[in-house]
Amino acid sequence: MRLVGRSLLVGLWFMFLTLPLLAVRVNTITETVEWRWLNLVWVGLGTFILSLALALWRQRSESQPQRDDGEGDITPRWRERLFHDQTVYRPLLIMALLATLLLPWLVDIYQINILVLALIFVVLGLGLNIIVGLAGLLDLGYIAFFAVGAYTYALLNINLDLGFWAALPLGGLAGAFFGLLIGFPVLRLRGDYLAIVTLGFGSIVKIVIENEDELFYGAMGIADIPRPGLLGLDLSLDQSTLYTYYLVVALALLAIFVTNRLKDSRLGRAWIALREDEIAAVAMGIDMAKCKLSAYAFGAFWAGLVGVLFAARNTFIHPNSFTFAESALVLSMVVLGGMGSIVGVTLAALILVLLPEYLQGLAEYRMLVFGGVMVAMMVFRPHGLISPSRRRYTRPQAQGEEG
Amino acid sequence: MLELRNVSTFYGPIQALKGISLSVATGEIVTLIGANGAGKSTTLLSISGVAPPKRGEILFEGSPIHTLPAEKIVSLGVAQVPEGRRIFPQMSVRENLEMGAYLRRDNAGVARDVEKVCELFPVLAQRRQQLGGTLSGGEQQMLAIGRALMARPRLLLLDEPSLGLAPLVIRQIFATLQQLNREEGMTIFLIEQNAHQALKIAHRGYVIENGVLTLSDKAQTLLDHPDVRRAYLGG
Ligand SMILES: Nc1ncnc2c1ncn2[C@@H]1O[C@H](COP(=O)(O)OP(=O)(O)OP(=O)(O)O)[C@@H](O)[C@H]1O
Ligand SMILES: [Mg+2]
Repeated sequence: MRLVGRSLLVGLWFMFLTLPLLAVRVNTITETVEWRWLNLVWVGLGTFILSLALALWRQRSESQPQRDDGEGDITPRWRERLFHDQTVYRPLLIMALLATLLLPWLVDIYQINILVLALIFVVLGLGLNIIVGLAGLLDLGYIAFFAVGAYTYALLNINLDLGFWAALPLGGLAGAFFGLLIGFPVLRLRGDYLAIVTLGFGSIVKIVIENEDELFYGAMGIADIPRPGLLGLDLSLDQSTLYTYYLVVALALLAIFVTNRLKDSRLGRAWIALREDEIAAVAMGIDMAKCKLSAYAFGAFWAGLVGVLFAARNTFIHPNSFTFAESALVLSMVVLGGMGSIVGVTLAALILVLLPEYLQGLAEYRMLVFGGVMVAMMVFRPHGLISPSRRRYTRPQAQGEEG
Repeated sequence: MLELRNVSTFYGPIQALKGISLSVATGEIVTLIGANGAGKSTTLLSISGVAPPKRGEILFEGSPIHTLPAEKIVSLGVAQVPEGRRIFPQMSVRENLEMGAYLRRDNAGVARDVEKVCELFPVLAQRRQQLGGTLSGGEQQMLAIGRALMARPRLLLLDEPSLGLAPLVIRQIFATLQQLNREEGMTIFLIEQNAHQALKIAHRGYVIENGVLTLSDKAQTLLDHPDVRRAYLGG
């Protein structure tokens, strides 16, 4: 009975929350307000039933004895198998790869463009994952490094006539340089202060670009940026889009491969130790300053790199592409993906970019559904889609037998 | 092996250490006892380079270390068990131990030392794959000590290993420290509030009050010292 009462409350609350969005429609032509009360009833009823079902389900799973394997967290077996059994995940990986490679032949150019954008965000997510997920630092202005990469290419192209391929590594390096730049002042900061400084840094980069007309073409943006070149061939728009798609796939694969190796490296372990406990990490002889700086540099490098590709794909860049909203989006990819998990971040990035695109059919309810999905994810998977995978059964035992 | 000469350490304007001089010889267990806020932890942080002293000098095996960064001091052979254990909670026992050997590059040696630590603390052996954060307080303390040993230190610094532990567990841990000292010749600098237990295993002891050393003597003598008895041993 208590559950029913609470669910009723939830339903009413949602009706109240969605009132302005769902019930009121202002008809701008006749200048009248339409009240769509029926919508509200549906929302109320829907959330009531959902909330009740959720509460009942919770109650049941709580009354059942939980399997305690002494590991502190209970991992579903299928996940254990998915990630640790080669015969399971190898074919899956190969299938995913094949699908990615074949996909552009099955869908139209518009879809490919969206996929390119999604994959760009995958790389961004993986980059920020180094800073936030692995090293446990915060960066609310991550998109600034992306802007640095994009503008590096645009400006080098205008001023020095540099091509895409020459600008690509330079964009990455410029990103890394700016990463170091933000790294130094925030070395000793933690928590709220870190959040404020990185947030400020992100806004400063955008504001500087916006207001500097001479150097950065300010609020006009930069147009006519050349698309990625392929051996000097003349590509049609379709061909070029396809080519860009494969480029970004390659870049995403590279990012996955490199960040995965990085995670298991000495530096990666130092980052994780730093995230877990800074004082203990220093006591182990980890050079905190070097570690934090390298995390910012490595993370920003990917943003810079993929920023170049972004500029080349769009052929037009504008400071408004690099606002706090984008930083927040990338950050939610890392959080939703499960801090530090590469598979999780990749999936989350794809979902977070593709979902709003394909929800466009729902037009005005798009952001509502989007928000709903976000909330649902956090309710059902509070540690992210994939909580950081721990290879605790395979590697350690194998090593123990050797040593 | 370790010598502090007139060390003064500040936190901003607050002076936590007011000219501390002490020494630890090779193969000794030396304890530093004092009340809350006396400056015990600060002494350890000064040695380990986390809170470098403003004045005075710290010598390790004859050469000054007070100007070196913390990671350099670890690499010279000074390992520390920080106050409050500070286990890496999301890492397994084994990974915690491996982090202790962060500066070492001999993988085979590290694997052997993991086994050695597990022999020293058998409870850890059964829990190799368990997450550090899910260990009991006593187990965490053992892990913290084991982790410090993984660096193959020549000097082991411990900050209040008895903190919040049951008497039985404290005795067990202190017995292990004594065993390490006797059998492996490990030099130990032990910071404690539990004066009784600490002085029982130590060779010598210092008493710190408000950032100043007030007493320094053989451990046995301190145990019988009226001031120490009154202030730290309850009568
Ligand atoms: N980070 C800091 N900033 C400012 N003051 C500090 C800081 N750390 C310690 N102090 C001050 O320095 C003095 C000594 O502190 P310290 O931590 O060395 O005491 P302690 O002997 O280890 O005490 P306890 O037994 O409670 O651990 C205290 O007065 C404390 O308030
Ligand atoms: Mg202390």
